[in-house]
Amino acid sequence: MTRLDSNKEQGPISSTPVSSEATILNAVPIRHYGRWIATIFLLLVAMVMVKSLITNPRFRWGIVGDYITSEPILDGLRLTLILTVVAQLIGILIGIILAIMRLSSNRVLARAAWIYIWFFRGTPLLVQLIFWYNISALYPEIAIGIPFGPTFWQGNANDLITPFAVAILGLALNEGAYMAEIVRGGIVGIDHGQSESAKALGMTHMQTLRRIILPQAVKVIIPPTGNQTILMLKTTSLVSVLALADLLYTAQTIYARTFETMPLLTVVSLWYLGITSVLTFGQFFLERHFTEGKQDRITFTQRITGRVSMSKSGSELGQAERAKHND
Amino acid sequence: MIEPALRVEAVRKSYGHVEVLKGIDMQVKPGEVACLVGPSGSGKSTFLRCINHLEKINSGRLYVHGELVGYQEKKGRLYELSDREVCRKRAEIGMVFQSFNLFQHMSVLENIIEAPMKVLKTSKEEAVIYARELLELVGLSGREESYPKQLSGGQQQRVAITRALAMRPKLMLFDEPTSALDPELVGEVLAAMQDLANSGMTMIVVTHEMGFARKVADSVTFMDAGLIVESGPPDQVLDNPQNERTQSFFSKVL
Repeated sequence: MTRLDSNKEQGPISSTPVSSEATILNAVPIRHYGRWIATIFLLLVAMVMVKSLITNPRFRWGIVGDYITSEPILDGLRLTLILTVVAQLIGILIGIILAIMRLSSNRVLARAAWIYIWFFRGTPLLVQLIFWYNISALYPEIAIGIPFGPTFWQGNANDLITPFAVAILGLALNEGAYMAEIVRGGIVGIDHGQSESAKALGMTHMQTLRRIILPQAVKVIIPPTGNQTILMLKTTSLVSVLALADLLYTAQTIYARTFETMPLLTVVSLWYLGITSVLTFGQFFLERHFTEGKQDRITFTQRITGRVSMSKSGSELGQAERAKHND
Repeated sequence: MIEPALRVEAVRKSYGHVEVLKGIDMQVKPGEVACLVGPSGSGKSTFLRCINHLEKINSGRLYVHGELVGYQEKKGRLYELSDREVCRKRAEIGMVFQSFNLFQHMSVLENIIEAPMKVLKTSKEEAVIYARELLELVGLSGREESYPKQLSGGQQQRVAITRALAMRPKLMLFDEPTSALDPELVGEVLAAMQDLANSGMTMIVVTHEMGFARKVADSVTFMDAGLIVESGPPDQVLDNPQNERTQSFFSKVL
């Protein structure tokens, strides 16, 4: 077998050695005039922007510096982060459950999940948040019990549904609908043969899902989940309508008093940008962790500059690896 | 009389309005190797998948080692078995697929010990020892830590056979195990299967490898359009087919 492989690799071309001088061409590369003009234009735009950032006194960088690490802003940031993490985690959980329901052979379960997704994707999140906030108008009393049977617990809706609870509820329920589609896509993408061979080995439906399907689906699910988390971070700013003191609402309350609108919005933007950058970084490493085979890995710099050297392309190395294993 | 490893009575199976199995009767004795041959779409693979209840039959009876597959008969009525019960029975039947279907996220060793640990509740130490033993038998010692993608098709299929054997099955089903392989890799898989047959395993093999059927099989069954057309010892069916349809098929493939 070794002999066969090496025959294949050499092939007819490399067996007749070409002199290295003949392969070097002294050709003039194509001149990309369009690209040069675009580059010059972009550099000019960048210069104008930097100049205005430095010289326009109305940016009031001093005030930005005063507020960026001030107590109320940091408190708001903390709440924003808590909302992001908690709502996203609950959203992922809801998403997994909904995805499994949608793929169930039980039509009622599948249809129920479909209706959920249809509803929560079909109405604006802002409307949903305001709706939950005012839920006590529909149900002043909330009770836990069996319909037409005994009641175990009963309470006032206004006490139970605090703005924080509304925020978590609204964000997570909505996120669940989007995550459901992402998780379902990941599960459906796994070759049917995987679950079939697991079944043939006597594994139950749940074992197959937990041990065979989900671990493989995770690789497909991680990148869009990272995007969702970044989206969630910024979406939490909607809770300012609930008068919940997140990052944006805190800034709003300050500039309502001091009229330092632009500096405070700059503070808010800088924080959102900073956290998004951290999340992007984390997402990259998560993704790389789930890439099989170290040889396919790229560095973070390669990722953001979009430069991946051709000799390192995964498929080529994969083949080399395979050839090595074959003999 | 010894209970046959497989007893099939008037099995029918349809997908919607299309009937793919139109009344199959068959028996396979313990230790026997039965080859199923026939043109594509004749229902061979569907029939194989009915044996371990990957497909549900619409009528008839299918017994593996005297036990009804997928159902329980009480007072003349059939009751579908629970997921758990079906799984318990499937665990006794090994299956090898055309496309190997190794778990892509697991190493060779993990592929093999997964089901013994999760289904048979074997301890990890015990499962690993047996897995290594089996890997040695199929000539894949030292490949424990490789991932499926790093193996050739022939090696993957031998791992798939090992994975099925690790469950200590009483019956092995092979669904065109060599059809997805490069011609030069077919031999190593057939050799592993022949070793298995020689060890006394009961095997039902859907195949296009007539050489294998002739050399290893105790019986060859020719299927066409959802029916068994002809069945018997390999030399009789392959060399001296009685039915016209069988004759024309073998005149093309042999």
